[in-house]
Amino acid sequence: MATDPIPSSSPTEIIEPQLMFTATEQSRKKQMAENVARAIFFVMTLLMILPLVLIVVYLCVKAAPVLSPEFFFTNPAKGMRAGGIWAPLLGTIYIVIISLLVSAPIGVLAAVYLNEYARESWFTRIINLAVVNLAGVPSIVHALFGVGAFVYFAKMGRSVLAASLTLAIMTLPVIIASTKEALNAVPMAFREACWNTGATRWQTIRGIVLPNSISGILTGIILQVSRAAGETAPIMFTGAVFFKAISEGDVFAYGLLDRFMALSMHLYQLSTQVPGVPEALEYGTAVVLLGAVLMVNALAIVLRVYLRSRKRW
Amino acid sequence: MAQLSKSTKKIEIADLTVRYDGLEALKGISLDIYENEILGIIGPAQSGKTTLLKTINRTIEFEPSAEVSGSVSIDGTDIQSIRNVNQLRRRIGMVFPLPVGLPMSIYDNVAFAPRTAGIRKRSELDELVERCLKQSALWDEVKDRLDSLGTKLSGGQQQRLTIARALSHQPEILCLDEFSIAVDPVTTMRIEDILKELRSQITIILVTNLVQQARRLADRTAFIFESKLIEIDENDVIFSDSPAHKLTYDYVHGNFG
Repeated sequence: MATDPIPSSSPTEIIEPQLMFTATEQSRKKQMAENVARAIFFVMTLLMILPLVLIVVYLCVKAAPVLSPEFFFTNPAKGMRAGGIWAPLLGTIYIVIISLLVSAPIGVLAAVYLNEYARESWFTRIINLAVVNLAGVPSIVHALFGVGAFVYFAKMGRSVLAASLTLAIMTLPVIIASTKEALNAVPMAFREACWNTGATRWQTIRGIVLPNSISGILTGIILQVSRAAGETAPIMFTGAVFFKAISEGDVFAYGLLDRFMALSMHLYQLSTQVPGVPEALEYGTAVVLLGAVLMVNALAIVLRVYLRSRKRW
Repeated sequence: MAQLSKSTKKIEIADLTVRYDGLEALKGISLDIYENEILGIIGPAQSGKTTLLKTINRTIEFEPSAEVSGSVSIDGTDIQSIRNVNQLRRRIGMVFPLPVGLPMSIYDNVAFAPRTAGIRKRSELDELVERCLKQSALWDEVKDRLDSLGTKLSGGQQQRLTIARALSHQPEILCLDEFSIAVDPVTTMRIEDILKELRSQITIILVTNLVQQARRLADRTAFIFESKLIEIDENDVIFSDSPAHKLTYDYVHGNFG
């Protein structure tokens, strides 16, 4: 960085132009500070990435012996000490899909209402406040609500449906918040231009707002897939069980009111509740769970990059 | 269409007052706008010109804090009594200072409003798009790339696209709010020529910061100052050496303040 070597006290003194940019003691110090700062930031970034890389590599190495197609398509066997992860894998897929089928439409439509239709009032302010706060409620609290509301009150029992709805309640506020953010990113001028031509609010939303915010909306929803897949607390009270054998290879093996196994729960059981489980089984389960989450997140990133590349203003 | 008798009133504004959070943006404005005239509206910034336009097509209703009293009638009908507000807005074309190309193709930009009004036939839309783009003097520049994005046009082209869009719903009234702010002088002159041609078909309200623009284009000019209508008269009078108010004279001749 160039400093200002012109002494302000003697404005008449003329300094050769090339002198102004030569290094002084002071500027050298500043350059050093700059380098140190850069190095610190770089090291911190490395420290952030390092654990992730280590975890992935460690898990993969430990899990290598069991990772094979059969691992995915066989039920756990011999009191969890052998076999694969078919039942928990399918259970996780079930609850993620069902919960998002419930929370995504409700969340997106609610966000559209809040952002595009609702006028600022004490009522909408309370709703917005509730959304923000609900998004921060610990998942165990959602679990307790699910037990009370779905398992007992709605008499669903501990089941796929009760667990999915509990997860839906958990993901709903985050989907509303992320959708609102995406809608907000569409400039107001576009809406006004449409209104001025006599377009209704819905025509404006359909023609301009949604097509230009869909990338953000989808990214927000996809990120909730990984959250729903990874949570243990909300499902362990509402339907996930220690063991349930289902027919291998049948994707419709679970009924809506059946109890089910789930990957996150399964991993917890393997590593804490059952003695003598081969290490590779535990790590294999973890790799699948982590891999699924990373894949879904990667999908979100790809989608965002793709849609941003064709951003239209 | 030949010029109708100059006395046909298109818009009648009576004692119009608009407040934002209690602050008056317009104070008791009363004026009539005749069919097929260009009415210039001049006045310094913050004097309520834009608010006046927004009141006419009722987009003022999107401002939660705005409060309107008095009446605006179009063809003798009070606009507050029109139940389908979108129908009203279709009768009025609006062009605002900053050009807004919608993030869709040039064709869709112009076809958007007709589509929302229910026109679906491709041939009808094609014809309409071509006519509007020709009217706004943009056709020759974009006819070979109607599928490219409206937002990627230059500022001046986008403003003409905005005018094409404002014409696309076949309005009876065209309001322009300082359209030349973001546009180069050459484009400004082209748009001014367009307006002169359009005058025979529709009523034009031209809000402008440029006194000379009102002088060149308008039949009559209104001078609004500090939220009040100071004077409205034929251009011959407003820009003469003896308008009714000294304030008008000072503003028009640039010896203000």
